[in-house]
Amino acid sequence: MHMDINEIIKPENLVYTKPRLMNDNPMHYCPGCSHGVVHKLIAEVIDEMGIEEETIGIAPVGCAVFAYNYIDIDWIEAAHGRAPAIATAVKRLNPKKMVFTYQGDGDLAAIGTAETIHACNRGENIAIIFINNGIYGMTGGQMAPTTLEGMKTSTCPYGRNVALNGYPLRIAELVERVDGTCYVTRQSVHTPAAIRKAKKAIRLAFENSMAGKGTSMVEIVSTCNSGWKMSPVKANQWMEEHMFAKYPLGDLKNV
Amino acid sequence: MAKIKGAVVVNKERCKGCELCVVACPSQVLALQPTEVNDRGYHYAFMQNPDACIGCASCGLVCPDGCITVYKVKL
Repeated sequence: MHMDINEIIKPENLVYTKPRLMNDNPMHYCPGCSHGVVHKLIAEVIDEMGIEEETIGIAPVGCAVFAYNYIDIDWIEAAHGRAPAIATAVKRLNPKKMVFTYQGDGDLAAIGTAETIHACNRGENIAIIFINNGIYGMTGGQMAPTTLEGMKTSTCPYGRNVALNGYPLRIAELVERVDGTCYVTRQSVHTPAAIRKAKKAIRLAFENSMAGKGTSMVEIVSTCNSGWKMSPVKANQWMEEHMFAKYPLGDLKNV
Repeated sequence: MAKIKGAVVVNKERCKGCELCVVACPSQVLALQPTEVNDRGYHYAFMQNPDACIGCASCGLVCPDGCITVYKVKL
């Protein structure tokens, strides 16, 4: 049966739209970048929990450095890798606030490893959103600690060599072992089903921050199609085939 | 059986033509404009096959730029 499209497009029939807390600024991310999806999930969760006025986000250095331009909540921009240290101070001084950091793998897993592990070990009541795409996206696709073995980047054009560069660093497994973390999970945002699961994980992490249960980390295995030199669709397929073998999805810890 | 009809509205100036919505759609409703581009030069997504839309919002979920609004009615 044919139905005129204007009869469907009415406010009462709305099932999905851009989150209210995401503003109209055009995002600087490359087409198909996972950051946009995670930004949307964070905006939706904050809106659904009704904690818009209680939320303070800590932005990283990396592509997501401009996160504060896109989600209308309070933000602080941290020096490279220092987001968990800033978040510690913010949460201790404002214990009623929901404090989260949003960091990439170049920020969290390289220069910020010490801050991350010690914030987790102290059990700071913050949520850490960790975007792991195995590469330094913003600076032009250099090798990161999380780069897979054999994966080609601009600083390892013949592929990462374990004898020379070491092994890919699995941060979620590391922080799972320290006593301060209450929730460590690894998710992805490449399909609608995965996106729904990732949203639930982000919500639980934010609830843990509000409840003062300890540190939560939600690692999101992501794509960097520009850095990987692939189309967005191909990058998602490559991630499923290669990244998930080293970075398997699922909850590592939930106490 | 109740029939469901959906409709997708793409914010074409915000769309970057990444094609993720086209792949995510279970009913092959969406496509990228073959020749038209928006102000920033991207081949934006549009409803090529609007009658097949079931309003499942898969396209909206996967859109990284929040360009997609989805509507659904039960007939």
